[in-house]
Amino acid sequence: MRAILTTLGIIIGVAAVIAMMEIGQGSAAAMRKSIASMGANNLIIFPGTAASGGVSFGAGSNLTLTPDDLIAVLRECPAVRNGAPIVRARSQVVYGNRNWVPQAITGTTPAYLDVRDWTQMAEGESFTDRDVRNSSKVCLIGQTIVREVFQGRSPIGQEIRIQNVTFRVIGVLSPKGANMMGSDQDDIVLAPWTTIKYRVSGTSSSASTASSSSSTADQVNSLSNLYPGGQPALYPARSAVQAADNPMPVRFTNVDQLLVVAVSSEQAEAAVDQVTQLLRERHRITENEPDDFSIRNMAEIMRTLASTSTLMTNLLLFVALISLIVGGVGIMNIMLVSVTERTHEIGLRMAVGARGIDILYQFLTEAVILCLAGGAMGIALGRLSSFLVRWLLKWPTGTSLAAMVAAVAVSATVGIVFGFYPAWKASRLDPIEALRYE
Amino acid sequence: MSLIELRNIHKTYHLGQIDVPVLKGVSLSIGRGELVALMGASGSGKSTLMNILGCLDHPTSGQYFLDGHEVSSLSSDGRARLRNSKIGFVFQSFNLLARTTALENVIMPLSYAHPAISDREAKDRARELLTRVGLGERTDHEPSQLSGGQQQRVAIARALVNQPPVLFADEPTGNLDSRTSEEVLRMFQELNEKDGITIILVTHDANVAQHAKRTIRIVDGLIAPDPAAPAGAPAQGAFA
Repeated sequence: MRAILTTLGIIIGVAAVIAMMEIGQGSAAAMRKSIASMGANNLIIFPGTAASGGVSFGAGSNLTLTPDDLIAVLRECPAVRNGAPIVRARSQVVYGNRNWVPQAITGTTPAYLDVRDWTQMAEGESFTDRDVRNSSKVCLIGQTIVREVFQGRSPIGQEIRIQNVTFRVIGVLSPKGANMMGSDQDDIVLAPWTTIKYRVSGTSSSASTASSSSSTADQVNSLSNLYPGGQPALYPARSAVQAADNPMPVRFTNVDQLLVVAVSSEQAEAAVDQVTQLLRERHRITENEPDDFSIRNMAEIMRTLASTSTLMTNLLLFVALISLIVGGVGIMNIMLVSVTERTHEIGLRMAVGARGIDILYQFLTEAVILCLAGGAMGIALGRLSSFLVRWLLKWPTGTSLAAMVAAVAVSATVGIVFGFYPAWKASRLDPIEALRYE
Repeated sequence: MSLIELRNIHKTYHLGQIDVPVLKGVSLSIGRGELVALMGASGSGKSTLMNILGCLDHPTSGQYFLDGHEVSSLSSDGRARLRNSKIGFVFQSFNLLARTTALENVIMPLSYAHPAISDREAKDRARELLTRVGLGERTDHEPSQLSGGQQQRVAIARALVNQPPVLFADEPTGNLDSRTSEEVLRMFQELNEKDGITIILVTHDANVAQHAKRTIRIVDGLIAPDPAAPAGAPAQGAFA
């Protein structure tokens, strides 16, 4: 009975540590996940800067990133989990008598939703890779568009017009809110990148700017040209003979950005290195030349993430330390009482030939066994309470093997440290006094 | 040399500022196979002498040889080892470990033995001794389930488990009625006669002392002249 009371301190201490660690780990994992959904693991690959006659066109003006680059990155960079190309457009969206200019009209692949951790649809479903291949005129819209353009009615199956191209709305994205910089992430239209690139950007006035001028006007599907709005042709169309005689340089398809996601936030740095190396190789950049692309990661968010989890770990460690010290003091207290109570036994053991060190070992062993038993019970209790927390409060928890191992090691250490003084005291008893003690 | 040889043993306790001399030059010799009663009134220094003889305490001055070992210069660990191998103790209040079976009580001193003894051998030896003291049936009983006489017999078995040449019994019958006292004392005599174990009975009871072959009286920290040993203790040591 007293042994149980004695170990109660350790039991509670270890149980607290285990429960805290498990709940903390679960919370940390949830926190990591939610921070990751802000894009902490994302890397954005921009093309480099183009310049002409001393005039720079600014970041992203070079037309060197291709969808094939993305395919290569996904295939060859182990630190990259997934990725999607991005083609941007900025244009008016029209539905019925309402119109709106979304912050982003983004052409991409279905993988974008996974990369942005946005796979949960509010309504409808995502477009598919087949839609991308076919340049299907389908789109997903964000909550803001639903509110502004559809005024809350279900937009599924409705058609909106972007640059005189009709898109059928097949899905509504779940709300995501503002991003770190305060811009509304729900103010978005997502469509297959091929559609945006070849059917929308190609005809838009912004096509003349360097950032998206890569697409060629002659690739525009004339079916979507219901209304005039395309640029006038500057040159007369070339005949087949002319084309055969003077082949135009083959233009590969470029995209505005590549968005990739690292396997984990710890792997983000590795991902940057791998992608850099691969793209330099693919773009045939020699050693002395600068990159023709740039990679940005969410260093700020990642730093926050790291410092948050460090803070959390330290906090837990501190709580654990305090409870174990309290438990250890309890052990020491009871061991001292026990030494006093068993003075007679100690005297007897000494009389029959136990040396001081034998007595020391005996009491130290008892303290350590008490602490280990307490540790074992604490682990059971801690796991139970974390299970209850998970079950009743629906909090996320994670098993922590390290915490269990540490708890056992620490409780043994506590036993040795706090059992030493009483054991030493016992070993220093005078056998005559001890035998006479009542 | 005899088994136990004391030469001019002094023991002085320091109580604060005052020095209290308890033993004032005790010289004594006890040979192998003797059954000695150590008698004295309380305060005579009987217990102090007993503690020194039992290697529990060391004298302030003088020499003590136990089975050829000089004890007074040993460290406490050295004395503990000597106690373990040379001496068996039987106490007035039995001093058995509660909530521990008779067998485990008997085995206990063996756990401090050098060289160590295997568990199996220790158990065999303990069982044999318990059978010898008439408790072969009760090896698994705890002290609380045994009578006083039985407890004292367990204590005797425990004292013998390391096969010591000398057994100290401090008022072994003090807590027993006269019938069981008689049994226990007969057991001591038997051990003395059959096994040749030297036994020293510390007592103030003349009836107990009668069972001994020789009586040493201690009065005021000195050995009183011993009428039962005409040759005299030192002389006996010289012949041994």
